Amino acid sequence: MADAVNKQKQDLSSLNEDYASRYGFRDPVDYFHKGAKGINHEVVEMISRMKKEPRWMTEVRHQALDVFLSKPTPRWGNTELLGEIDYDDIYYFMKPIENQQASWDDVPEYIKKTFDRLGIPEAEQKFLGGVSAQYESEVVYHSMQEDLKKQGIIFLDMDSGLREHPDIVRKFFGTVIPATDNKYAALNTSVWSGGSFIYVPPGVEVRAPLQAYFRINAENMGQFERTLIIADKGSRVHYIEGCTAPVYSTDSLHSAVVELIALEGAYIRYTTIQNWSRNIYNLVTKRSTAHKNATVEWVDGNLGSRLTMKYPCIQLVGEGARGEILSVALAGKDQHQDAGAKVIHAAPNTSSRITSKSISKDNGRATYRGLAKVHKNAANCRISVECDALLIGEQARSDTYPTMEIDNDRVRVEHEARVSKVAEEQLFYLRSRGLSEDEARLLIVNGFMEPFTKELPLEYAVELNRLIALEMEGSVG
Amino acid sequence: MSKNKILFEFKDIHVAVEGKEVVRGVSLAIRPGEIHAIMGKNGSGKSSLSNALAGHPAYEITSGSVTLDGRDLMDMEADERSRAGLFLAFQYPVAIPGVSVSNFLRTALQAHRGKDADMTDFRRLLKSEMKALGVDEVFATRYLNDGFSGGEKKRIEILQMSVLNPRMAILDETDSGLDIDALKTVSEGINRFHSDSNGILLVTHYQRLLNYIKPDYVHVMMDGQLVKSGGPELALKLEELGYEWVEAELAQKAGV
Repeated sequence: MADAVNKQKQDLSSLNEDYASRYGFRDPVDYFHKGAKGINHEVVEMISRMKKEPRWMTEVRHQALDVFLSKPTPRWGNTELLGEIDYDDIYYFMKPIENQQASWDDVPEYIKKTFDRLGIPEAEQKFLGGVSAQYESEVVYHSMQEDLKKQGIIFLDMDSGLREHPDIVRKFFGTVIPATDNKYAALNTSVWSGGSFIYVPPGVEVRAPLQAYFRINAENMGQFERTLIIADKGSRVHYIEGCTAPVYSTDSLHSAVVELIALEGAYIRYTTIQNWSRNIYNLVTKRSTAHKNATVEWVDGNLGSRLTMKYPCIQLVGEGARGEILSVALAGKDQHQDAGAKVIHAAPNTSSRITSKSISKDNGRATYRGLAKVHKNAANCRISVECDALLIGEQARSDTYPTMEIDNDRVRVEHEARVSKVAEEQLFYLRSRGLSEDEARLLIVNGFMEPFTKELPLEYAVELNRLIALEMEGSVG
Repeated sequence: MSKNKILFEFKDIHVAVEGKEVVRGVSLAIRPGEIHAIMGKNGSGKSSLSNALAGHPAYEITSGSVTLDGRDLMDMEADERSRAGLFLAFQYPVAIPGVSVSNFLRTALQAHRGKDADMTDFRRLLKSEMKALGVDEVFATRYLNDGFSGGEKKRIEILQMSVLNPRMAILDETDSGLDIDALKTVSEGINRFHSDSNGILLVTHYQRLLNYIKPDYVHVMMDGQLVKSGGPELALKLEELGYEWVEAELAQKAGV
């Protein structure tokens, strides 16, 4: 152990001379041991060094940090909550494992209760509660890896991806979401850690969905995960991430970046369900590029967190490309789900469909924020947008901000938006068949979510319904 | 089952909707095996009576009593009344988007049988009842009443009744909006459900349903009250002479 630390010190002392002058880099070892909070170029350098990254990635990180520091906090969305984030009070790099172990006693009661009610095994509870760094699913993961390798499919965590396939990563990293895109994408680019890296070779069809669940570890679930999925020509892949159980972390900021690239004729579906503990600011940038005749589908479920801002985007850049975004949000007490979708039609004969469903209960707030953009050259496009909001209780709130920027005359656009409450007549109808008021309301809410749940693999759908049942308990209509 | 025993009874029921009295003191006793019909024009209060008996919160029973199998229903919520054996077939069933007919019926039957009750027979039960009612199998997976035609909705109401098998069924304008074929199938379903041990209360404007379902008693409702009772022949007379005939008769009585 002492040898290892000495070795590390030696490695660090052999840094290029100019670091200190360029970034005021002094004593990296201190950061390693103390686990200092806050962000600056030293921290970024430290992260990249610890990961033994190629120099180009280190540069990418430094440049991104400059962007982050120069960009103001967004002046749209829930500026009040965004303003509460103290960037100096956050750890930006992996702390040594022993520091990372929180105590089970520190995990809030409501999280433990939810674990129990969902029937989550103890080992997994500890992982989700941030107490254990590893969930024992190695065996499943390894046998899956063997199968994938035979087909030439790469499925790794992003750090390993960069180590083992630097050329592919360098070619695509940041091409869909450059660091300059927004403040949080810049932050992620400068301090990213973990996430998934997937490459599917031309013509290969990945039969079973790739599930990040099987290789859950502390890195994968990090605060600043970075995911990159490339489906080469004519290939097909479905990636599933997350779980319905609440993920507890003492770190209050989660800011991921997800980039998808579907090359000609390829198909990518990306399914996420995330349920963050109530202290978390979840600011995520997700974007995809669909080339000629390619299809990208986002299936995105947002539960929990204090504030979520997430608008999965599809750029349809090749003729005949198709995109679909199905997004749901459940905003409970003191929560704000600011979610939506963006489609950008940059080629002719492209089509897109957005379906957004939100439920607000108690004083929860759900915002749909959407963009449908059609470029001048993109003739014969079809866009359909459907937003449904369900309000439960008198204090619940829902807002819709749909934006359309259409620069071509030959476009077919359909837009529907509805806000509804659980109708008295529906409740009475179900109650007259023997369902209690709670059962009736839950059935109506499950029905409202059905267009989303039916797209999920069965085990996720069952979990989600169970979770909604838990969330709905004691709600007043 | 003793013919003298009363299955379902309400006494001197008054119903108010938004403070306005729409049912003004009606009483009826139904024995096991009996079919009663309440006939009346639109606005006579018959639908308000049906909703109030089933426990609709907007239809307040301001006075009177209701019992089923000797149990007092007055303090029961709508779902408790249902589990006690009362069923209301709605005039206008509402849609529950995203909830399949099959899922809904399973949930309802489970509520009746109790949380831990065995449900292994459900699929077979549903299938056979659907077949008997001429309801296509695809309806099991369709969302409840969502985009259903008027006839389809009524058929699904009767399907629910057959699956839940209540002690007492109130059928509110079940014949409205049905073409002649649908009317026949729905009536057959009701007749198949009917037995010596359950009771049916048909609430209808027109006589035509009574061509297919033979009531033991017919009651005429006007202005929130039951004004005349008789056998099946009363329905035929109403069909022939219209409700004006009863009105004239009442006016005459009042004049005497």
